[in-house]
Amino acid sequence: MIEVRELTKSYGPTVAVNSVSFDAHAGEVLGFLGPNGAGKTTTMRILTCYLAADAGSATVAGYDVFEESIEVRKRIGYLPESAPLYTDMGVLEYLNFMTQVRQLPKSQRKERIRSVIDTCGLEGVIQKDIGELSKGYRQRLGLAQSLIHDPPILILDEPTSGLDPNQIIEIRNLIRDIGQEKLVLFSTHILSEVSATCSRVLIIHNGEIVANGTPEELASQAKGEEIVHIAIRGPQAAVEAQLNELEFVSQWTHAETTDGIVAYQINATQESNAAEELFHVVVQNGWSLRELRQESADLEDVFLNLTDKEQTQVQSQQSAEQADNNHDDT
Amino acid sequence: MTNIAAIFKKEFRSYFNSPIAYIFITFFLGLSSWLFFRGFFFSNQAEMRVFFVYMPWIFLFFVPAVTMKLWAEEKKIGTIEILMTLPIRDYEVVLGKFFASFALLIVTVLLSLVIPFSVMYFGDPDGGIIITGYIGLLLMGAAYLSIGLCASTLTENQIIAFILGIFTCFVLLIIGEDIVLFNAPDWLFPIFSYLGLGAHYSSILRGVLDSRDIIYYLSVIGFFLYLSTLAVESRKWR
Repeated sequence: MIEVRELTKSYGPTVAVNSVSFDAHAGEVLGFLGPNGAGKTTTMRILTCYLAADAGSATVAGYDVFEESIEVRKRIGYLPESAPLYTDMGVLEYLNFMTQVRQLPKSQRKERIRSVIDTCGLEGVIQKDIGELSKGYRQRLGLAQSLIHDPPILILDEPTSGLDPNQIIEIRNLIRDIGQEKLVLFSTHILSEVSATCSRVLIIHNGEIVANGTPEELASQAKGEEIVHIAIRGPQAAVEAQLNELEFVSQWTHAETTDGIVAYQINATQESNAAEELFHVVVQNGWSLRELRQESADLEDVFLNLTDKEQTQVQSQQSAEQADNNHDDT
Repeated sequence: MTNIAAIFKKEFRSYFNSPIAYIFITFFLGLSSWLFFRGFFFSNQAEMRVFFVYMPWIFLFFVPAVTMKLWAEEKKIGTIEILMTLPIRDYEVVLGKFFASFALLIVTVLLSLVIPFSVMYFGDPDGGIIITGYIGLLLMGAAYLSIGLCASTLTENQIIAFILGIFTCFVLLIIGEDIVLFNAPDWLFPIFSYLGLGAHYSSILRGVLDSRDIIYYLSVIGFFLYLSTLAVESRKWR
């Protein structure tokens, strides 16, 4: 439904989006993940026809965003960052205005307004002015606005920012529900959000796509070693001797000793089933187990890997250039 | 057309949802009545010339105040991003906003009809001149509105939009005045005297509704609305 090819956009000398390409289809929840200023918002603004790209092409539902922008806009529901709304309007008045500018037939307007009020949980505030609404309700109203014409494509820029944990969960569930049949594209810089909601993740960094896949795929890519935390009641010396003997333990560090309980962080080779093996070892020696926890490599590792690596590369490039310059000077 | 109507309705209501419309109407009527009636009873003449002569200067401060928020506020709070991603063309939004501000101006000017009715009560003024005067007033007001609207598209700061609007209207108003014309170089004389907002207004005030004056005002309005549309579109090629 969305096809993006080599999209590029710069603001003056800064390149915000650099040759970005991706596809997205109905029934997908696509997460745009990236640090602040990575180019997520710019990409979304181009797709919603708010900005024009310098180079590259993008089609939405078969229509080109530059040539047939009105057709594209009809098919997209868009919630910009921080849900900007007219604070001097009433909630109902605003939704009614949106049905008009979205050119919904008069007969459907009431029904659509009722439906988005239900979906977004706005019953309690329909009599209020938007200016009186809390951040959470504004976010919901922004979402309601983007759903009012029942668009096949939904583009949400940081839909959960500024919400409390309960509201975040509600919005995530809503996104997942909508994503059953529609295409939802949403951006975030919160990692847990992506694994909780998305069927696919695009990680953007410095205007480029550095990773593209399901959250599980990306997480498994990042997995190198398994890390197990274990706490045992037993003689410290014996335990450590045993750890040294185990083949799958590549490294261990003593974390703490309290009341005869010794805790370790153990790095094990991949796919060694370290946690189970350790359990058997403990049982065989007649010690007792207080804690056994396997740390799973997750998106955070992928994210840090990808975004840090680039930065260090840039830094090393810069220092190389500096070295060159110094060399020239002398 | 339905799009323009939707934007129009929203903007027009928003004037009355906020105190802007009420402050504008009250202050405008108060000031214009005061300036008029101050001299009316001494002059002993049943005419409204004085009222119309003051108007370009009163409008200079009132009209940009009406238009300053139309785009600047959208930019400031970010609603422009939803507005310009709706399936509406940029010029439709510009026209909707312009007509909304024009409607507020018409309401205000209609309320000021109290003045000609009082004059008619006291004497027997020339009705024709009053009617053409009001038409000239609306044309000039609409030209000011288009300038103010254009100023509002250029910034997200309402104060800047306000000052910029006043400044542009002021320049266009005075370049047709005699003092400026006498000091202008010869080759600028015909241009200035044609472009001056005030000169066309005074010719309408004489009671003659010349098509040239009407065309002049319509072109000024068209030009600045076109510039506004360009300025709104410019987000795409900046």
